Amino acid sequence: MTMHAEASPTPVPFVVNDAVRRKMKHEKIAKGIFATMIVLMLLPLIGILGYLVSQGAPLISWDFLTTNPAKGMTQGGIWSALLGTIWLVIVSLCISAPMGVMAAVYLNEYARDNWFTRIVNLAVVNLAGVPSIVHALFGMGAFVLFFDMGRGILAASLTLAVMTMPVVITSTREALGAVPMSFREACWNVGATKWQTIWKIVLPNSISGILTGVILEISRKAGETVPIMFTGAVFFKKIQEGDFFAYGLNDQCMALSMHLYTVTTQVNGAPRELPFAVATVLIVSIILINSTAIATRAWLRSRKKW
Amino acid sequence: MVSKIQVQNLRTWYGEKQVHHGISFHVEPNEIFGIIGPAQSGKTTLLRAINRTFEFTAGTRQEGVISVDGEDVKRVRDVYELRRKIGMVAPLPVGLPLSIYDNVAFAPRSAGMRNKGELDELVERCLTQAALWDEVKDRLDSLGTKLSGGQQQRLTIARALSHQPEILCLDEFSIAIDPVTTMRIEDVLKVLKKDMTIILVTNLVQQARRLAARTMFLWNGEIIECDKTEVIFGGKPADKRTHDYVNGIFG
Ligand SMILES: Nc1ncnc2c1ncn2[C@@H]1O[C@H](COP(=O)(O)OP(=O)(O)OP(=O)(O)O)[C@@H](O)[C@H]1O
Ligand SMILES: [Mg+2]
Repeated sequence: MTMHAEASPTPVPFVVNDAVRRKMKHEKIAKGIFATMIVLMLLPLIGILGYLVSQGAPLISWDFLTTNPAKGMTQGGIWSALLGTIWLVIVSLCISAPMGVMAAVYLNEYARDNWFTRIVNLAVVNLAGVPSIVHALFGMGAFVLFFDMGRGILAASLTLAVMTMPVVITSTREALGAVPMSFREACWNVGATKWQTIWKIVLPNSISGILTGVILEISRKAGETVPIMFTGAVFFKKIQEGDFFAYGLNDQCMALSMHLYTVTTQVNGAPRELPFAVATVLIVSIILINSTAIATRAWLRSRKKW
Repeated sequence: MVSKIQVQNLRTWYGEKQVHHGISFHVEPNEIFGIIGPAQSGKTTLLRAINRTFEFTAGTRQEGVISVDGEDVKRVRDVYELRRKIGMVAPLPVGLPLSIYDNVAFAPRSAGMRNKGELDELVERCLTQAALWDEVKDRLDSLGTKLSGGQQQRLTIARALSHQPEILCLDEFSIAIDPVTTMRIEDVLKVLKKDMTIILVTNLVQQARRLAARTMFLWNGEIIECDKTEVIFGGKPADKRTHDYVNGIFG
């Protein structure tokens, strides 16, 4: 014991000199700056939300949600706009989600790296950045006029689907890419086909990411105005109140986003709170949908298998 | 007698980078064939060319002929059948994100086996052969990915045996396994040899010496020497580089 102590060198205590103090001070300053940025970023967000809700909430009631607008949209509720948005989102989701996910699976799992795949990838990336007015005009030219669908929910949903497809493809590819390559190789090594590998290993382990992407896409669809304005949404329409199936697939419809635009800029004599109430409904629905996405992801993540 | 595996003048490339420079050798049925060689010499690539997973890597190219049971692997109609004929154990352990049971049952199920009794029996036999059964028999439902590294490696071996291959390729299987378990698996290999042909790629030259009937020394994509193991490890291999490598005085 003593021998050992003699042999070991004298221990050096931790020194706190000026250099160390300076380092720690810099660390504090850096952290402070970044934290301030977060606050600066959150303030306007909370401000806007708070203002909207405080102004709009008093007007919102069950009646407000379930009655049609009345008296030149200065009174009544938002039923036809709310239902229109719901149907636009559902129909376009039924188109873009399966197509987008399947396209992503093809690109990520099957496609070889050749000129064709590269062009498709380039197209996907660039389509995501195309302004919505361009999609609107495309939708009008292609679906309304060329395929002769006329203006209606179907044409508008297709336009929304085309517009959000690149986002689904990209988010799905990210989710697929998060599944380690070694899993696939292990499956191929035992003679599994690509499809067996995708079905049994890749999809079950990327589903949380895929779902999140799809759900987030809903909010994007619900918020768009221009594309549906050109292809199927109208300023005003009365429909059967309380009937979820009041719209047909080829009917023109109202939509929340466009209704907000209308009551803000086109209508005289509406109560000042009306636009705030419409905006609140739109934003709160979107926040609810996005929270489902986050909850779903958290739940599926907790079951992550590696 | 036709060779189990016959490789003729194999050349492979990853993009512009050539790995094999025209190698030819054969593997006899029911032998343990050792492959030794320093890192980067192309051992893993060779195995991947044999079971045709090499072609999954983008930008790869290959020339020459590899035949299994006398049939050119590039021409087999059912490539999945070919891969099932070959059990492949990769150097890094991979537990699939499935239960331990499903990890082993994955391949037979993919091939169409559904009978629960048969599957149970197969899973137990493969796990036993991989020296893992005793450790996991009470928790076959837990995740394969949550096993320790060494256990996952043995799970990988069990999976490679699960489709009842005729050829077993082991790529540095003992990297993550302790010496005692390694010895147990080596004993299993000696038994398995009766039923299958084994290709043993190893960085532990003594492992090849213990197990292989013949050993090939691969270096920078070329065969320096391929001969009976006694010759390679005996006093007089034909090439001095072989002698230096197996005696650890390389470089
Ligand atoms: N996916 C890949 N893409 C590009 N080059 C690769 C790839 N895999 C291997 N290579 C290259 O091919 C050569 C041979 O690699 P290989 O993995 O076959 O060697 P190895 O003999 O198995 O080596 P080790 O003993 O380290 O496992 C190396 O030079 C390596 O850099
Ligand atoms: Mg290797």
